[in-house]
Amino acid sequence: MNQESDVLLEVRDLKKHYVLSKRTVFGRREMLRAVDGISFSLRRGETLGLVGESGCGKTTTGKCIVRLIEPTSGQISLEGEDVVGASPDRIREIRKQMQIIFQDPYSSLNPRMTVGQIVGEPFAIHGICAGKERRQRVEALIDRVGLTRDSYTRFPHEFSGGQRQRVGIARALALNPKLVVCDEPVSALDVSIQAQVLNLMVQLQKESGLTYLFISHGLSAVKHISRRVGVMYLGKLVELGETEALFSSPLHPYTEALMSAIPRPDPDIVRERVLLEGDATDSNHPPSGCPFHARCRYRMAVCENEEPAWRDLGGGHFAACHLR
Amino acid sequence: MMYADDGAQPMAPLLEIENLRVTFDGEDGEVTAVNGVTLSVGQGETVALVGESGCGKSMTALSVLRLVPAPLGAIRGGSVRFAGEELLMKTVEQMQEIRGRDIAMIFQEPMTSLNPVFTCGDQIMEAITRHRVVSKREAREQAVEMLRLVGIPMPERRLYEYPHQLSGGMRQRVMIGMALCCAPKLLIADEPTTALDVTIQAQILDLLRTLKRKIGMAILLITHDLGIVAEVAERVVIMYAGEVVEEAPVRSLFKKPAHPYTRGLLGSVPKLDRKEEELKTIPGNVPSLKSMPSGCRFHPRCPNARSLCAKAAPALLEIGEGQRVACWLYGLPSDREGVETL
Amino acid sequence: MIASENRGRVLRRLFRRPLTVIGLFLILANIVMVLFAPVLSPYNPEEMHLKDRHSPPSMKYLLGTDFYGRDILSRIIHGSRISFTLGLSVVAGGLLFGTTLGLVAGYFGGRVDSLLMRVTDIFLAFPQMVFAMAIMSVRGQGFGNVVLALTLTGWTAFARLVRAEALSLRDLEFVQAVQSLGARTPRILFRHLLPNLMAPIIVQATMGMATPILTEAALTFLGIGIPPNVPSWGGMLSVDRDFMETAWWSVTFPGLAIACTVLGFNLFGDGLRDALDPKLRA
Repeated sequence: MNQESDVLLEVRDLKKHYVLSKRTVFGRREMLRAVDGISFSLRRGETLGLVGESGCGKTTTGKCIVRLIEPTSGQISLEGEDVVGASPDRIREIRKQMQIIFQDPYSSLNPRMTVGQIVGEPFAIHGICAGKERRQRVEALIDRVGLTRDSYTRFPHEFSGGQRQRVGIARALALNPKLVVCDEPVSALDVSIQAQVLNLMVQLQKESGLTYLFISHGLSAVKHISRRVGVMYLGKLVELGETEALFSSPLHPYTEALMSAIPRPDPDIVRERVLLEGDATDSNHPPSGCPFHARCRYRMAVCENEEPAWRDLGGGHFAACHLR
Repeated sequence: MMYADDGAQPMAPLLEIENLRVTFDGEDGEVTAVNGVTLSVGQGETVALVGESGCGKSMTALSVLRLVPAPLGAIRGGSVRFAGEELLMKTVEQMQEIRGRDIAMIFQEPMTSLNPVFTCGDQIMEAITRHRVVSKREAREQAVEMLRLVGIPMPERRLYEYPHQLSGGMRQRVMIGMALCCAPKLLIADEPTTALDVTIQAQILDLLRTLKRKIGMAILLITHDLGIVAEVAERVVIMYAGEVVEEAPVRSLFKKPAHPYTRGLLGSVPKLDRKEEELKTIPGNVPSLKSMPSGCRFHPRCPNARSLCAKAAPALLEIGEGQRVACWLYGLPSDREGVETL
Repeated sequence: MIASENRGRVLRRLFRRPLTVIGLFLILANIVMVLFAPVLSPYNPEEMHLKDRHSPPSMKYLLGTDFYGRDILSRIIHGSRISFTLGLSVVAGGLLFGTTLGLVAGYFGGRVDSLLMRVTDIFLAFPQMVFAMAIMSVRGQGFGNVVLALTLTGWTAFARLVRAEALSLRDLEFVQAVQSLGARTPRILFRHLLPNLMAPIIVQATMGMATPILTEAALTFLGIGIPPNVPSWGGMLSVDRDFMETAWWSVTFPGLAIACTVLGFNLFGDGLRDALDPKLRA
């Protein structure tokens, strides 16, 4: 199988820095390094999970990929075509191929539009179809996501969180995109509804051959839906690998701490907790060397001074750690 | 029926809620948010109150301290007894004495639970001086001690910092410190870690366990996360649509869940140790408070529903070893007394 | 903006509330007066009946006469042509211009926002009267010039209001959603942001009816507004200002006319805002 043509999305050294303040007296600007040089690729039809805690930059990464946020530097290419430098006309076309699902079911739908209008908006924007044909296509989408036909004329506030999220999914699928970036799509939902929506997403992926970038801090959900998982910390990728391998034998100390922190629904499990001290430091004062060294229980002298290289440690399992 | 920690003999429960009814004035009139809830918490026991959004667990907790937001919300009936005394009969002043001193509460969002214009030190000291007669210097010392106890580094300095200068995990610790500074017998924690990262959550849960051991405090923990329940709770109460549907010691709940809703909840959580093709879900949605199904409130979504379930609502029935369930699967009306019918 | 399926729903909701219907009635009364003034007025509004100056309401003069003996009822009916139309034009002009500017400023933020807000500040810096006076003295008296002068000072309220709302809306995810779908900016502004801003705009528009009418009164009084013989409610107020005690009818009725018009817009505006809001139950 030709590996190259399998790659749908390629991200190289993506950076997004925010300038917090203009020059201080000492002439240095305060910067927030939300995303600080990450690289990965997505194969057609797979689901890559992107996990990390608040402030790690995963949401910013997702939004940079669909160019809702302009990256500071780096390359993003979809099917070989450059996304970052694309002209406004070109990006409009590219947008049909990649869509995004948002976290908050309450603010991701226009409260003044009916479900029919919301799901039909992609068609309206691109002038694809109108009138009866549009209505039929919208109704087909509403069916696909498991909502009833009468949702067409109703407003978002009449629906529950899970149902609204389905509307968001329908909207994202309208233009038959190849890539769907999912930004915490189930985090705001109740446990039983999360399960429904996750099942729906898996089913839609099988039907349409979609590729997902699944961004979430909910590790159980990520494990269920992703084939590969990337772990981010303070704007950098610290580990990336197949889901099973990453969860059962994590290579990076942060991943290890994350895994051990997840509470398991089984009272008989007695595990030794890896408790991290303190909180993540701010992204605008990243520590020198390895970003995690201050909280790492295995830290060595080199970790403070030198940033570890991102290396393939066997079988496509990458990590950036001096221990390995 | 409850058992003490060592299982030796039943002790008088610290908190007893019986048949609590709370209504809420919504957009379309009055709805019953809490419909006859009965539960208890023993001395030094950790009880988890579990349910999804809208099930009434937060309202139940607020009712204990009589903090239900009036005038829209109102306690309509039932009894809440703390250390033998009926809280629903107390005056506002008496409740204010109890709050913070005997029963304390911590909330989900530390940013909005702490006053942004006062320093952390001011807020903790206020909590201390409210219930204890101490000098300002003593209050400050106790505040520092409290911050140290909850694991905040450099507590002397933190006293003078404002909430926005601290991270989410630290703010939550400050709130726990404020709640515990007068060593209450009962701590009500309403989703205390939902808004926090999972590593911070682990720290906070660890802290709660440690403090509980040190102070011998009882905890009523409200959450929707079954993982936390397994780690922290000794007994679990499951609520659905304003009612208690199951109550059990934690091991029994996870090994032998009785109520179909409990089983559905446990099935919905993606397992970390095995691979599943499809998650077992509970079909449908939580009914809105305005249009509750007749009979058992869960029956439209229940895989085991029978015709009886739509007609009559089952009461809680003891099925052994401290496990109680409200479900017709475990006994028909002829076997039981006190059945609720429409 | 409103899907055809929902138009019926909105109309039904509009007519359900009695206060809204009253408001609509008052507005329609004004429109009728504007259109059919010569037919409805018993007298020529500019004709002075010098023998009957300041006569109280009677069968001959239903609402009495003013200082110059002109029939108040006729002047009120004709006055609607000036005052009502004036209020409407000033509000419409201010709304269109201010809303567009506010939308652009709020949505784009950054330098565009700063520039547009500085422009707004410049216009805000002028006291309305002084600015209007300056324009009138340059351009002379007349209805059109008054409208121009008042619009140039009145639009700023809309701009600031809309900008503030747009700023808070543009970071909401549904706006990001249409951006990610490839929508062009005008569509985002007018199809997505604007409908969510209707409520404050409507409120500002209805409130904004009163000010132009009263400012015009002051300008006319100073001689730089409408020519004095042309009837306008505000003008009637200034002419008979000093005679409130002796000839109360000469100021009370024009005052009532202004109040009823403004009230009519307010009531109808409230009803319209609520009828357009999908979240409120019918």
